[in-house]
Amino acid sequence: MIDRASPPIPEDSSLEELQSSLPIGRTIFTIGMTVLAFAFTGLALLPLLAILFAILRQGLPNLNWETLTSLPAPVGMEGVANGFANATLGTLIMVGIASLISIPFGLMTGIFLSEFSRDSKVASAIRFITTVLTGIPSVIVGVFAYAVVVLTTGGFSALAGGFALSILMLPVVALTTEEALKLVPISQRLASAALGSNRFQTTFKIVVATALPGITTGILLAVARAAGETAPLIFTALFSDNWPTGLSDPTPSLSVLIYNYANSPFSEQNELAWTASVVLVSLILLISVLSRLVTRRIIKS
Amino acid sequence: MDYNASDKIVKRIYPEVKDLSAVSQSAPEELITALKIRNLSCYYGDKKAVDSVSMDIYQGQITAIIGPSGCGKSTFIKAINRISELEAKVRFEGDVEFFGQNIYNRRVNLNKLRRQIGMVFQKPNPFPISIYDNVAYGIRVAGRKSRSELDEFVESALRGAAIWDEVKDNLKKSALGLSGGQQQRLCIARALAVKPKMLLMDEPCSALDPIATMKIEELLQTLREELTIAIVTHNMQQASRVSDYTAFFNTDESRIGQLIEFGPTAKIFTDATNPGTRDYIAGRFG
Repeated sequence: MIDRASPPIPEDSSLEELQSSLPIGRTIFTIGMTVLAFAFTGLALLPLLAILFAILRQGLPNLNWETLTSLPAPVGMEGVANGFANATLGTLIMVGIASLISIPFGLMTGIFLSEFSRDSKVASAIRFITTVLTGIPSVIVGVFAYAVVVLTTGGFSALAGGFALSILMLPVVALTTEEALKLVPISQRLASAALGSNRFQTTFKIVVATALPGITTGILLAVARAAGETAPLIFTALFSDNWPTGLSDPTPSLSVLIYNYANSPFSEQNELAWTASVVLVSLILLISVLSRLVTRRIIKS
Repeated sequence: MDYNASDKIVKRIYPEVKDLSAVSQSAPEELITALKIRNLSCYYGDKKAVDSVSMDIYQGQITAIIGPSGCGKSTFIKAINRISELEAKVRFEGDVEFFGQNIYNRRVNLNKLRRQIGMVFQKPNPFPISIYDNVAYGIRVAGRKSRSELDEFVESALRGAAIWDEVKDNLKKSALGLSGGQQQRLCIARALAVKPKMLLMDEPCSALDPIATMKIEELLQTLREELTIAIVTHNMQQASRVSDYTAFFNTDESRIGQLIEFGPTAKIFTDATNPGTRDYIAGRFG
């Protein structure tokens, strides 16, 4: 490199000064808006924090091994282990049934919409119906499941509850699957086709495999949503104070337990409702965090 | 217009074009036609994109397809393995025979066709899986192979694409960790792994730096012994360096791509018959 002095800067009156301070009005506006934005953010977070605080304050003191592992004690009984293990188990069973139904159907719907019929009339009809389904109030889904399963089988059951939850999960799984698949670039599909693979191989070996983290996130969010639902379960699974005895018997769940016990006149049941809330919220939080971790893995790779 | 002057320019810009006298010895009679294209027209919906192209692509030769943007080069090359059918609503008219078999026959198995006529795309597009799995993908979808056979195929494909030495210790690592040039050579290896008879390349170097480009050009010369290659390129120096035959495409006033001239590269670059070709080669437009 040649070492030499820079040529002198020409004196040019048309050159504009690069540095300038903002007008005072703008500065005040900027500060004011920043404060306002922070204030509203805090306001928006307030309910969430308040709920978490209330639940933890009332529920944590009773959270111990006993409440997690034993059945609800009959009201008025002293010195008997009191808990809601049956409800936790029931929630897991019914969310499991719902997943078994909704994940295969939802996945296949998403794959059909994205890969096999993207621009057809059938696809746009399915997409519209699925979107409408996401907006249906869960209580109506509960009544529907009551009419379709409970009335025909002649009783409240875990199967009916799982069926109701699966209807709530189905559109979420289908739509997030479609979105995740759409994010896979067309160049990947072309590369696969150019190597002589047929549509089925391209779809399952390349497109779905690439989109798997995104699909997993969608499924976990749907599971988290279903785990917290109450209304559909009141109409379908009902409740019981005992262990779940079979898939065709009334089955307890955390959300219905909270609903029942929070309205109860007995203080020990009220306390149990608070503790069950802690467990339910932690469960949902855990699933959400899990889905976040999966998403982060996509961004990393 | 003074074409002698333009010839001088051509010789200055393209010093690597082989001497015309040397080319005339390998007359077309000795060559085997790999791809016989007759009156091929391509349509996107109702819009005609390429009009009535007739030319031959010879076995073991490298055929360059040059022309300004939007002249239908890519449309034309993507019609040969019918990959454009996946991207848009396309329709083809005319005949394309690959070693005597019409590729537009209704009964053609597209997977078999694409296994015979491989393709390398403009932007490197490795799958987000390991280097090994990328190369093995095409072999696996074609049918089951034993582990040792697969290893052998993958190694020979990677060697064939001159990337083996760079990746042999990292076969299990993600292909996305490679540089752009390496990714493109991996894509070539992936295409070679299914043992195609012909390789289509759609501007394979346009996203690469000069050194990576040079490596791929060198690679083309080693591949020609076993393969027939058709390469679309914007880079005319590249066409003059690597190819034996050149097809010049251009558009008419109605924006429909046409084949203007086809012939041995040396003839196209130094003694083109069509004034439009001469102007393009001399850099007067496009």
